[in-house]
Amino acid sequence: MSEAREQILAGIRRSLKRGRLDAEREAELRARVAAHRRNLVPARATALDQRGRVDLFAAMAEEVQATVARVSSPAAVPEAVAGFLAAENLPAELVLAPDVSLDDFPWDERPLLRIHRGRAEPDDAVSLTPCFAAVAETGTLMLISGAETPTTLNFLPDTHIVVVRGDQVVATYEDGWDRLRVGDGLPRTINFITGPSRTGDIEQRIELGAHGPRRLHIILVDNLEKAGDGEDK
Amino acid sequence: MLATSRTFEANARAGLANENLQRALALMRTGFPQRRRLAVERLPEFEVLREIAKSIKDHTIQHLDFYLELFEENVLASGGQVHWARSPEEACAAVLAICRSVDARIVTKGKSMIAEEVGLNEHLEKNGITTIETDLGEYIIQLRHEPPSHLIAPAIHLMKEQVAETFRAEHRALDLGRSLAEARQLCDEARAVLRPRFLAADVGITGANFLVAETGSSIIVTNEGNGDLTQTLPRVHVVMTSLEKLVPTLEDAATLLRLLARSATGQEFSSYTTVSTGPRRPSDLDGPAQYHVVLLDNGRSALLGGEFQEMLRCIRCSACMNHCPVYAAVGGHAYGWVYSGPMGAVLTPSLIGIAEAGHLPNASTFCGQCESVCPVKIPLPKMMRHWREREFTEKLNPPVYRAGLLLWAWVARRPALYHALVDLTSRVLGWGGGSRGRFRTLPLANGWTAVRDLPAPEGRSFHSLWAERQRGAGKK
Repeated sequence: MSEAREQILAGIRRSLKRGRLDAEREAELRARVAAHRRNLVPARATALDQRGRVDLFAAMAEEVQATVARVSSPAAVPEAVAGFLAAENLPAELVLAPDVSLDDFPWDERPLLRIHRGRAEPDDAVSLTPCFAAVAETGTLMLISGAETPTTLNFLPDTHIVVVRGDQVVATYEDGWDRLRVGDGLPRTINFITGPSRTGDIEQRIELGAHGPRRLHIILVDNLEKAGDGEDK
Repeated sequence: MLATSRTFEANARAGLANENLQRALALMRTGFPQRRRLAVERLPEFEVLREIAKSIKDHTIQHLDFYLELFEENVLASGGQVHWARSPEEACAAVLAICRSVDARIVTKGKSMIAEEVGLNEHLEKNGITTIETDLGEYIIQLRHEPPSHLIAPAIHLMKEQVAETFRAEHRALDLGRSLAEARQLCDEARAVLRPRFLAADVGITGANFLVAETGSSIIVTNEGNGDLTQTLPRVHVVMTSLEKLVPTLEDAATLLRLLARSATGQEFSSYTTVSTGPRRPSDLDGPAQYHVVLLDNGRSALLGGEFQEMLRCIRCSACMNHCPVYAAVGGHAYGWVYSGPMGAVLTPSLIGIAEAGHLPNASTFCGQCESVCPVKIPLPKMMRHWREREFTEKLNPPVYRAGLLLWAWVARRPALYHALVDLTSRVLGWGGGSRGRFRTLPLANGWTAVRDLPAPEGRSFHSLWAERQRGAGKK
């Protein structure tokens, strides 16, 4: 181990006027960490039922200049994508995350959409990804990196479209951590995304699209009936 | 970075006379505090969360050695590396060694105050590595060869015309006739100029808002997305950070994140909060192949156990400077080093010495706004007072100032004499103030009367009125 490391740790203990913590105290601290105890969580989203959380998520996301389109079934997603691109005057060409969940959508019904799969390359103007969860309290998307969900899709293209299912909406960030811990280990990257890229660095005027996407479009698939409305109260 | 804190008084005068700076600061005075207030009003739990955040940071600091080792253990377990640095020199050397190991020629950087603190850009440039700041504000001041003037808005001292001038001078390949009148056009130009740099970079350096011991993760909070392009596209991701950024768990990080954006910009949540753990996994399609964390001490461990320990709770939100009447009058550059405003007035003497930075803790009206908005309740005025005391005991103030203080202390310790003198002075000044009730000039008080009148006392001291009232109350 490096000399700097040993000196810094020794310096900390000297300043705190104690030696290394004893094994018992260390075990207590490890137990505190392993418990994942929640601190106070705001009631804003936890007090709502699932329907209310979905509505709060959409309202909070729109407040920070994301656009939200609600569709009633997965079958309606390709149409919603094509409609959005046409309305925004964007080319009907997009890169899709190579994630199996996106295969369920009937892309064949929209033959004019030119689609390829993979990570984002510099020339890709529009990307479409699934999300891992969506946090109602601040309208925040939670995306994770993986073989089927490369991170570049979230940042390189000018326009980022995200498909959110109603049952993916959770109340708080802590709910997101819990869902993540069910899997095997953390991914390399977890992106919490709240609205499109912005900057206030010039005279504190908010301008969208500083370096990341100028547009963040959320397609919210309302599947709550199927998932059991009103669960998780 | 070379400090100019010694010349604070001259720096402040220059700031007051700088018209562009004064226009820029006027925008800040109305912007940040109002947005923070609205965000706080929308979250009823905000005050309780401050108390919890304080206790999370206190707990971590009290067990910092344990959490640092746990953090390191988990970084290693996820395939990353940790580089411990006692000093700025060691931190710079660690980053240079990483860059050299991959033959890096171009480095992109997200905003990092630690990189500013250790003078990383200069060190890399000196060694032939092109270093490009990608945060819009940082990019602007890099082009202008200026230090940041604010924790989260490094170019807040500039007006858009100045930015346009800088872009015209530096982006020489672009059409001379183009319009740069609007902030929108300036943003678009920076985006277009920087995009190829992001793609060409060999190493990406970011800071960290938090380090999570439980998982060995670093967290960055940004609005532009530059930090994410910086850390996703190159082969190597280096995190420049310092010991006190640690929190135990992801739950603790969530609590602090709820306070950070609201206190800083008044946003509910910043656009991008990114948790990074180790290098890309074998099956990932993108992301860096290497993940390094450079952990800087630079005097922080020595603050533990002493009167400045609480400063280690700071999460660098900038609420203190956004609400500071002194910062709002003179701007961040007057403070003469990396950190400005009330947090800088406390931290800077800790890091570069009170002899160098003695003016800073004196540049405060002690109005207490900084402490009242601090999300982790750091008693900033109290700590500025500790620095003033230390400056006095180390005999660093000018002789006249010291003599005056000593005289005042001598009198103040003798209540009878003190009350008699105050009573006498009040009467004399009350009489001297005449019917106008104020002085236009007064010997020994030129500093005050040069720019405003001194109100005259109304003849009696508070103490004598109080004593009289107490006697009256006793009779009843």
